[in-house]
Amino acid sequence: MPRQDVLSLVIYFIGLIFLAYPLGTYISRVLEGDIPAFIRWLKPLEGIIYKVTGCNPGTDQKARHYLKDLLAFNLAGLIILFTLLLTQGMLPLNPQNFPGLTWDLAFNTATSFITNTNWQAYSGEASLSYFSQMVGLGTQNFLSAATGLAIVAVLARGLVRKESGKVGNFSADLVRSTIYILLPLSIILAILLISQGVVQSYSSYIVARTIEGADHIIPLGPAASQIAIKQLGTNGGGFFGMNSAHPFENPTPFSNFLQVLAILLIPLAQVFAFGRMLKKPKEGYALVTTMFLLMLPLLALALISEHQGIPELAVNLEGKEVRTGITDSVLWGITTTAASNGSVNAMHSSFTPLAALAFIFQILTGEVIFGGSGSGLYGMALYAIITLFLAGLMVGRSPEWLGKKIEAYEVRLALIAILVPCALILIGVSIGLTHPWGVTALSHQGPHGLSELLYGFASTVGNNGSAYAGLSANSPVLNTVFGLCMLIGRFVVLIPIVLIAGNISFKKSTPVSSGTFPTDGPLFIILLAGVVLIFGALTFFPVLALGPIAEHLLMAAGQYF
Amino acid sequence: MRKNTKPLFNSEDVIKAIKDSFTKLSPKVQLQNFVMFVVYLGAILTSLITIREIASGNFSSFNLQITIWLWFTVLFANFAEALAEGKGKAQAESLRSAKENLTAKRIKGGKEEVVSATSLHIGDHYSCSAGEVIPADGEIVEGIASVDESAITGESAPVIRESGGDRSAVTAGTKVLSDRIVIRVTAEPGQSYIDKLIAMVEGANRQKTPNEIALGILLIALTAVFLLAVITLKGFIHYSTTEDAIRAGYSVPVMIALLVCLIPTTIGGLLSAIGISGMERLLKKNVIAKSGKAVEAAGDVDVLLLDKTGTITLGNRMASEFIPVEMVDDITLATAAHLSSAKDETPEGRSIIQLAEIKFNIKTDLSGSTLEYIPFAAETRMSGLNITKDGKVRVMRKGASDAIERFVTGNGGNFPQSARNIVKSVAQQGGTPLVVCEDARVLGVIHLKDIVKSGIKERFGQLRKMGIKTIMITGDNPLTAAAIAAEAGVDDFLAEATPEMKLERIRREQAQGHMIAMVGDGTNDAPALAQADVGVAMNTGTQAAREAGNMVDLDSNPTKLIEVVETGKQLLMTRGALTTFSISNDVAKYFAILPAIFAGIYVVKGRGVLEGLDIMNLHSPQSAILSAVIFNALIIVALIPLALRGVKYRPLGAREVLGRNLIVYGFGGLIVPFIGIWIIDHILVLLNLV
Repeated sequence: MPRQDVLSLVIYFIGLIFLAYPLGTYISRVLEGDIPAFIRWLKPLEGIIYKVTGCNPGTDQKARHYLKDLLAFNLAGLIILFTLLLTQGMLPLNPQNFPGLTWDLAFNTATSFITNTNWQAYSGEASLSYFSQMVGLGTQNFLSAATGLAIVAVLARGLVRKESGKVGNFSADLVRSTIYILLPLSIILAILLISQGVVQSYSSYIVARTIEGADHIIPLGPAASQIAIKQLGTNGGGFFGMNSAHPFENPTPFSNFLQVLAILLIPLAQVFAFGRMLKKPKEGYALVTTMFLLMLPLLALALISEHQGIPELAVNLEGKEVRTGITDSVLWGITTTAASNGSVNAMHSSFTPLAALAFIFQILTGEVIFGGSGSGLYGMALYAIITLFLAGLMVGRSPEWLGKKIEAYEVRLALIAILVPCALILIGVSIGLTHPWGVTALSHQGPHGLSELLYGFASTVGNNGSAYAGLSANSPVLNTVFGLCMLIGRFVVLIPIVLIAGNISFKKSTPVSSGTFPTDGPLFIILLAGVVLIFGALTFFPVLALGPIAEHLLMAAGQYF
Repeated sequence: MRKNTKPLFNSEDVIKAIKDSFTKLSPKVQLQNFVMFVVYLGAILTSLITIREIASGNFSSFNLQITIWLWFTVLFANFAEALAEGKGKAQAESLRSAKENLTAKRIKGGKEEVVSATSLHIGDHYSCSAGEVIPADGEIVEGIASVDESAITGESAPVIRESGGDRSAVTAGTKVLSDRIVIRVTAEPGQSYIDKLIAMVEGANRQKTPNEIALGILLIALTAVFLLAVITLKGFIHYSTTEDAIRAGYSVPVMIALLVCLIPTTIGGLLSAIGISGMERLLKKNVIAKSGKAVEAAGDVDVLLLDKTGTITLGNRMASEFIPVEMVDDITLATAAHLSSAKDETPEGRSIIQLAEIKFNIKTDLSGSTLEYIPFAAETRMSGLNITKDGKVRVMRKGASDAIERFVTGNGGNFPQSARNIVKSVAQQGGTPLVVCEDARVLGVIHLKDIVKSGIKERFGQLRKMGIKTIMITGDNPLTAAAIAAEAGVDDFLAEATPEMKLERIRREQAQGHMIAMVGDGTNDAPALAQADVGVAMNTGTQAAREAGNMVDLDSNPTKLIEVVETGKQLLMTRGALTTFSISNDVAKYFAILPAIFAGIYVVKGRGVLEGLDIMNLHSPQSAILSAVIFNALIIVALIPLALRGVKYRPLGAREVLGRNLIVYGFGGLIVPFIGIWIIDHILVLLNLV
């Protein structure tokens, strides 16, 4: 690996932490309703939203009521987006006169953006109007990310509050996350991206005549604004089908740097914010360390594998933009699969098997290594519950997290939230590989084909949204199956965590003593990382062995797919 | 119940447990443990397949061996449970023999009639004389007797039981050694203390503890997900190869073998044995827990309320010094102290006489005097003697300074400042000052010294490391209490404690989220015992106290509370350690079984590429699978002693304990099966079994 690549990685991570740390403090203040002075001029906007929607942000809700609001809001969003996509032909801002989507594609796309997955079975520039992109998808890019952040606040409140049972107010959390966190950041990033040449236009596509005399259609659109939130909100749904490999989405090395920074910015900042909200910043540092501890070895694996390349080829640049090169493509791949972002700047199918293994494994852990906006942190919280349960038993004391007892109720819900997604992936891939609807969608045979479907299920269930590519995903069966996967993958985790937060907020808090197992020390970090690894490895080792691992071993033996 | 000094298990227990392991094969028993039930079903399924193969003449020794080892897995788990249960049963047996065929002399209308013990009801009165066994729980309403309670406590020294006060309760099955007592029945037949003990010991209504329930959920969830992993693997293999032989190689017995190796059978098979033996370990310490929940709660305790007397200090305070007030000499004071204690049979009183006789050579002659002994009472807080000789009355008193002050001023005297100073200085040194007076004249102060038990300070230090706060409870004044607290190294104290104060303190600590354990014996302790998360009642205590607590200490040794806490922690630790071990084991089993299953898939140059995962270099696919299954079965047997004994307990902070357990059981759990499976594979080859 060239020295400047190492330097760029170091600059990246230092820059990331440098930005995420203060942002964490900012997020925690916003979620606690303590809006910093410099942004308080937006307060009237917040007030207007409550007035128009008739919400009462002052009521402290019980977990069940909070959850009811959240689910109703998401359901409404789903229905609106579904209808909008079906009827886009009749709606404004459609210079290319795209017709409405088929019902299955509309369902798939609607669930995809509601759940912060942004799995794209369509190609933006070939099927979506500007209206659908901005009003439909753009809105959900914000709201799905804000929903995730709201739950970080819920979890923190559950852990901090004693014998309360109240976890905050959904409308307040949602509105504040959107207008104080996501909106300002997106505007800043969009302007920076436009400065790099990312397009932002409402005109129709340009038809250019090439030297050979052929027509060349150059798609345009309001891309920069969309891309800003796509990266910041761990959405990942590109404006164009090629996502950030497209020069209009990602034209320069600096735009690449900005975007890869934006991918991990909120996922990292929210962990710092969580610690702040607990009034125990060290808890946040411990979780951050755990996440880096899991991600960095996988990054190293992918980098080594990619720089070694394929025996017969000197450099593995297939499927990569020469503008970005190997290191930046690997970094993007690792960050986008760590955060459940799903945007890509290279073809994941073209990566070496071990790099692909690193990508898939991060998704298979349930997107908890940084993970999605909100969802990464609360997903990691589930593993923390299981970890502390085991740790508690091993130190001879009823398990507790930050003084709150972990009992059968929490263990049961945490296990449902961890294992149902795992089960869904295993069942889906196994059935898909033995049925025509799955096998015919594959574009490769052997282990690579298996990886395609595995990646598809992992990406949808884990709400990542990136694709291994190669999979012909736009079929009624796959659209429906993946649509359901995204819904289940999102809500089977989200609902339990809100219920857990509600339940622990009722509990008393046990004071800390030397008999308490500290959750801010190296031992907890190692144990938590170990539990994530072991759970992921034990569940998926057989399928990974037949997928990327077999492909790697075959490659070593001289067989390619 | 005799004190148990037997080794962990003897051959008799083992033979009985082996028999029981087979009777436990009934589906009803197996259904109670989900993990082992899955193994049980797997064993039945492979048995049927093997039988069909034998019938069709297409016999495979591999399937037969898998079947055998699956049944062994089930039997080994049964054996562990039976072994743990066996010991409790033996104890229940000896308890039961103590109350067999008892008769009672019921008193009805002033007449005694002999009836069976089972016809006694609450409120009935009966009498019991020397040599008779007490037929029903009750309270002495008349008389005093020495009672042999060894049938319950294992303690052969007889105890005194008398009507009134905190020593009035008697228990069915114990034996009156002297005198005659009349007893009012306080428990219906079948509800007596000994009946409850039997039920507890047998674990008849053993409820699952909260942590056991949560752990059970974890084990079920893991089993379910591994079941899915094994079933879905069928699809992955089907996709990955087109050769029917290789697809068929992932046969039902192989699937079951893989499943059984992956699901947490180690902890699943030993779980109930761990729970039962936790109660057993307490029983060995002569503590009976009324529920497993109480044992577990003991592990969570972070505040211990300990009575000073008997726990922190030796029971008796000893007179160490006589300090006269101004204008009084040593001898006068010593004589007065001697006289005031002449009839005082309490240990303190004796120690005063001893000091006076040894140090000052005091001899008092009380012949020809009429003596009226004034015993110590909680209201007056003093004791003494009225000596009447030749019509002249000498009123000798000793007692708490405020009590004597009241007494002296009430009789027209005054309480000198110098006495006040002495009292304060004695109290500051942690002693108990007893002021001595004759009539209305204060003579001086006796310094009673509390002797702190040796080694107790270190013990409290250990508790502090474990994160447990100790609070000393004492009736002493705050000054004295503070001095003893400092000497003993407790974290806090509650001076001049009344039962209400104890209860209030417990509530306050609980409101802050603490878990409290306390020891008590008196009726007035009952509310606090009931309020505490762990209340250990002394067996010598009143019926009310024994009912209120959730544990009973048969030895009535308050220091044992500390051991109870340790046992509770050990119980949780054993479960946690074996769960971690069980899960870690799966890594090695994957590396043994998966290369075997994948051997024929993606073959390049005659070798399946995935055989490269076989880092143990096992003999053949069949030997690899079989070795993993055998290891899985044998590890249960190997860990039975650990399950019964509990993991080694050290009084350390949470961090150190976890660090150690993680290395031993987590890291060990990763390594051990690699070695074990490799060795078994080689043995199988040597024995020509594969």
